[in-house]
Amino acid sequence: MARTTRKSTSRQRGSNVRSKPATRPRTSRRVAVLVATRKGAWLFHGDTQRKTWRADGPHFLGQIINHLVLDPRDGRTLLAAAKTGHLGPTVFRSTDFGRSWKEAAKPPAFAKVPEGEKGRAVDHSFWLTPCHANEPRAWYAGTSPQGLFRSDDGGDTWEPFSIINDDPQFRVWMGSVQDGTPDGPKLHSIIVDPRDPAHLYFAMSGGGVHETLDRGRTWTPLVKGMEVVEGFDAANIAFHDPHCVQMCPSNPDRLYQQNHCGIYRIDRPSKEWTRIGKQMPKNVGDIGFPMVVHPRDADTAWVFPMDGQTVWPRTSPDGKPAAYVTRNGGKTWQRLDAGLPKSQAWWTVKRQAMTADARNPVGLYLGTTSGELWMSRDEGRRWTCIARNLPEIYAVEAAEIG
Amino acid sequence: MKVLIPTPLLSYTKEREVEATGATLMELLADLDRQYPGLRFRVIDEQDTMRPHMRFFVNNAQVFDITHPLHPTDSVILVQALSGG
Repeated sequence: MARTTRKSTSRQRGSNVRSKPATRPRTSRRVAVLVATRKGAWLFHGDTQRKTWRADGPHFLGQIINHLVLDPRDGRTLLAAAKTGHLGPTVFRSTDFGRSWKEAAKPPAFAKVPEGEKGRAVDHSFWLTPCHANEPRAWYAGTSPQGLFRSDDGGDTWEPFSIINDDPQFRVWMGSVQDGTPDGPKLHSIIVDPRDPAHLYFAMSGGGVHETLDRGRTWTPLVKGMEVVEGFDAANIAFHDPHCVQMCPSNPDRLYQQNHCGIYRIDRPSKEWTRIGKQMPKNVGDIGFPMVVHPRDADTAWVFPMDGQTVWPRTSPDGKPAAYVTRNGGKTWQRLDAGLPKSQAWWTVKRQAMTADARNPVGLYLGTTSGELWMSRDEGRRWTCIARNLPEIYAVEAAEIG
Repeated sequence: MKVLIPTPLLSYTKEREVEATGATLMELLADLDRQYPGLRFRVIDEQDTMRPHMRFFVNNAQVFDITHPLHPTDSVILVQALSGG
C-alpha cells in the first residue's frame, strides 16, 4: 500500500481497535496530488483549503510512469516507476520534491538464470511502497511480470526480496503473460503493518493475496472466501485476481479488497474474506479496480465501480461514473456522483488512480483513463475537476507537505 | 570505436555519436554503461537479451548476439525501432 498520507499507529496487533474520533489535522499543511500517467508525471499543488491547484509538470514527458510516491518519512523524497514504450524499466528518485531527478543505479531486475535456461525480465515496475517508519530509506517495489523487490538505500539499488520471484510454487501461481491483465500480470498492494515491519501483505493479478509474519521468510496465501470467475476452481491460487487491497490506518487488522470478482473485507485474525459488495446496487455491481480507505474510520471505504459484464468494457457502468461509499464496513453503500458527468462518460479509474488525503473532512482524488483529475473536499459528496486533457492516468497519490 | 546513439538515449549521452571500446558487443555496452550509467539496462534486460525494438548494427549488418566480436575500426549503430502510440 503506497498511500503517502496515512499515519502509523502504535497499537498492538490483535487489539480491538475501533475508529477513533476524528482529530482536526493542521491546516497550514498543503496537499500535493502526485499524478502518474502513460506519458509522464505531474504534481498538483493545492492551497491550504484544497480549492486551487497549480500544475507542476510534465516530468519525464513521454515516459510511462506507473507510480509516483512521496516518502512520508522525510516528506521530500519522491520515487517514480518509469519506462518508455521501448526502453527498459527504471526508477527515478528526487530528494527535493521533484526539482531534480536521479536514476536508480540498480533498478528492480530478476536474477540472471544460467546459460540455456529461460529467465524473466522486468517489463515495468508497477507499485512502490515505502517500508515501515522504523526502516528509513527502505522501499518495496512490485513489478510486471510479478516480482517483489526491496531497496534499503532510498530507491537507488534494488534486490529481489524473499523467495517468491524464483519459487516454483509462486511461479505457478503467477501464471504467464497469457494469464495476466492486458498490459501484463502485476504484483501490487504491498502493505506493511505499521505495528510490525516483519508483517507484510501483497497481492497479484492474478495469483492471490499473500501474507508473511517473518519478513518474507515464509508466506501464506490468504484467499479463503474470495470468489473466482465461474468455471474456475477457487482452490487454485492462480485463479484469484485481487485488483487492489488496502489496510485501514485506524485498524490495521481490517483490510478491504476490490477484486475481479467483487468487493471484500477481512478482519484479522480471521483468515476468511467476506464479500461485502453483494449489497451494491444490482445494476452497478461490485466490479472495479481502486479501493480507498478512510484515514481515521475503519468502517468507511470507497470504491469506483466499472462495467465488468460480458466482454469487460472497463468503462463506467452505463456511461455514468460514480464512487460508492460504505460507512458501516460494507453493510450498505451510497452512490456519490454529484458533480460528475451525468451520462455519456465512458472513462473509468485504474487501481492506483484513486486515493484519499488525511484531512477532515477527507479529500478524495481520482484520475481517469481519459486524463481528467477529479477531487472532492467532502468525502465524495461533491466532485470537482482539477485538470483535463492529461494523458491516461495510471496512479494518483495525495501527499501532505509543508 | 564510434557508436551512434538513438534519440531515446540522448538523455544519457547528450550526443548522437560517442566513443567506446570493447572486444565484443557486451564489452562495448559495459563501457557505455561505465560512461553513461543506466544506459545498458534500458537496452539489454537482466537475461542479457536485447529489449524488443532495440536493434544493433555492426558495419551496417544487423547483430542479434551481444557476444558478437568487435574490432576497433567497426562502426556500431544502436537503433530504436519506434512503433506504437
